[in-house]
Amino acid sequence: MSPFVTLLLRDIRLAARSGGSAALALSFFALVATLVPLGVGADLHLLARVAGGILWVAAVLAALLSLDRLFQGDFEDGSLDVIALSPLPLELTALAKITAHWLSTGLPLTLLSPLLALLFNLPPQPTLILFVSLLIGTPAVSAVGAIGASLTLSLKRGGLILPLIILPLLAPAVIFGAGAASLALDRLGAASALGLLAAFAFAAVLLSPFAAAASVRLNLGG
Amino acid sequence: MISSLTAEKLVCVRGDKKLFDGLNFRVTAGQALAVEGANGAGKTSLLRLIAGFLAPAAGRLIVKDAQGESDDAEERGKVIGWLGHQDGLKPQLTVLEQLNFFAHLYGKTADGALLDQIGLARQADLPCRYLSAGQRRRLALARLLASARPLWLLDEPFAALDTSGQALVGQLMARHCGAGGIIIAATHEPLGLGNESLKL
Amino acid sequence: MNFLFRYANPHEFMRLSGAVLPFTAVATMLCLAVGLYLGFSVPPDYQQGTTIALLFIHVPADVVAELAYGAIAVCSLLSLVWRHPLADTAARAAAPFGALFTALGLVTGSLWGKPMWGTYWVWDARLTSFLLLLFLYLGYMALWNAIEDETRAARAAAILALVGVVNIPIIKFSVDWWSTLHQGESIVSGKVAPVYLWPLLIMMLGYVLLFLTLWMVRIRTAILERRARNLMQAN
Repeated sequence: MSPFVTLLLRDIRLAARSGGSAALALSFFALVATLVPLGVGADLHLLARVAGGILWVAAVLAALLSLDRLFQGDFEDGSLDVIALSPLPLELTALAKITAHWLSTGLPLTLLSPLLALLFNLPPQPTLILFVSLLIGTPAVSAVGAIGASLTLSLKRGGLILPLIILPLLAPAVIFGAGAASLALDRLGAASALGLLAAFAFAAVLLSPFAAAASVRLNLGG
Repeated sequence: MISSLTAEKLVCVRGDKKLFDGLNFRVTAGQALAVEGANGAGKTSLLRLIAGFLAPAAGRLIVKDAQGESDDAEERGKVIGWLGHQDGLKPQLTVLEQLNFFAHLYGKTADGALLDQIGLARQADLPCRYLSAGQRRRLALARLLASARPLWLLDEPFAALDTSGQALVGQLMARHCGAGGIIIAATHEPLGLGNESLKL
Repeated sequence: MNFLFRYANPHEFMRLSGAVLPFTAVATMLCLAVGLYLGFSVPPDYQQGTTIALLFIHVPADVVAELAYGAIAVCSLLSLVWRHPLADTAARAAAPFGALFTALGLVTGSLWGKPMWGTYWVWDARLTSFLLLLFLYLGYMALWNAIEDETRAARAAAILALVGVVNIPIIKFSVDWWSTLHQGESIVSGKVAPVYLWPLLIMMLGYVLLFLTLWMVRIRTAILERRARNLMQAN
């Protein structure tokens, strides 16, 4: 088993065993989706219009919940020291953790989204587009989130600063992702929006391991 | 296998404090070096410096092996086996899972016999949260053995261990040096390896 | 590059900035005075009436808001790659001004738009981009404050600034895209009549000089604070 896969599987296993971070993210996602109609009223027409945006924002926030522990757990118990000295380069370590985070948070959120879209009276075609947009876009959330997580990993209450740092950087993902759903709702082509989202996600996943590794190195020397 | 590690005029500054200045030492294959000093004197910082986590304010650390010499920190990290203060164990993973993880991470095959060596064979399927402090240290030692690295950096290797545990550590260290490995250990107690001492 | 490093020494910086400051301060006041006078004496715009005067306060603020972030990014690069000693201090010192100019741009932009839009905020593409820029500044400053070890804070903030500067064009592009998606064409037109150009340029120069002056003062203050702290610690 390659070092990359070893780390990936371990992180997934840890996520599965630590009181289900997937369950927490999913519940949060569903709760936000429930609160919004309570807040804006049950006008189905209105809800369908805001579904893409609300669900995208809710998904981003839900994914945020487990991000601050991405590196912090290993940092605090000394595992990160041992992992850093392994043959696996820190950039790949970061990528493995990003992948594990997506598999245990972003992907489950994406899979739940059609059900929540139903609550918002979103028709089938836009729901499909929303699903695809989340599938493409949530990796970007994990990737950009990893940058924030690695920068704040030494902070006891870094969880408060983490959203402030990464949410502005995630604006493009929300814009393109929710925009795609919106275009589909208006029976316009969503391909361009999805394309832009894919480009953003690709760049994010490709480049953020470097920033995250640099931040981890910085903190290891602390 | 590395033939020596040399420190030249090493200077370490943490925060605003200069911990040590102009430090020189040399350890060759089969030798051990005990780093002694009061708490806060910089023992752990020196180990972290050698490991490449910290950059020295001045000076060099040179590793010599069959291929030649290098003072690159990243390359140095690849020959180091690290045993820090903390155990690096996850409460949710079992002993065997934890060991396999580190073995595979370091590109080695998992060896169940290691658990016998350190006396944790019966606890193989026990989640690490149920281990005693001494057992955790033993598992960390197993992890060190599994990584098969030539240069060991140990921070208080005898801590939290009972007499049999300490004897085990002594044996493992002696065997490592006997096979041509190098040990640098921060310690309050004598290593018992006929080693050099460095006082900070 | 050597030129930059010559002034890396705090002493040198203090000397140079001390010599230059009086001039920049005077130049700032001159430009702002002239610019404001010209700005308020231009003929009213046929479309926007007398509120066109706000153009001269709003646009330069936006310019400096982006300039400041660029300056922070350059300082961050100098700090991370070339280990320029003053770069961290300079970057940290620039941030509050960047945030202030961004906020000023938002407020004046909102006031400027009210007569046209009928309301104070319509999620115009430019204003929305600057709102996000404000958050980027806040996050940057928050990171500096949160990490206790100053060296670590400096490097973490530098990484964040570089990640941010790469993202800013992407954010602007996406906000523009979003704006045309939901609202059609952008509301504020880009062309500026020549009679407005001179006051605008002078005001821009004035704002930039203001930023540079304030920035130098803040860096000097930071250097002096550190000296004072070192003296106190020695006893």
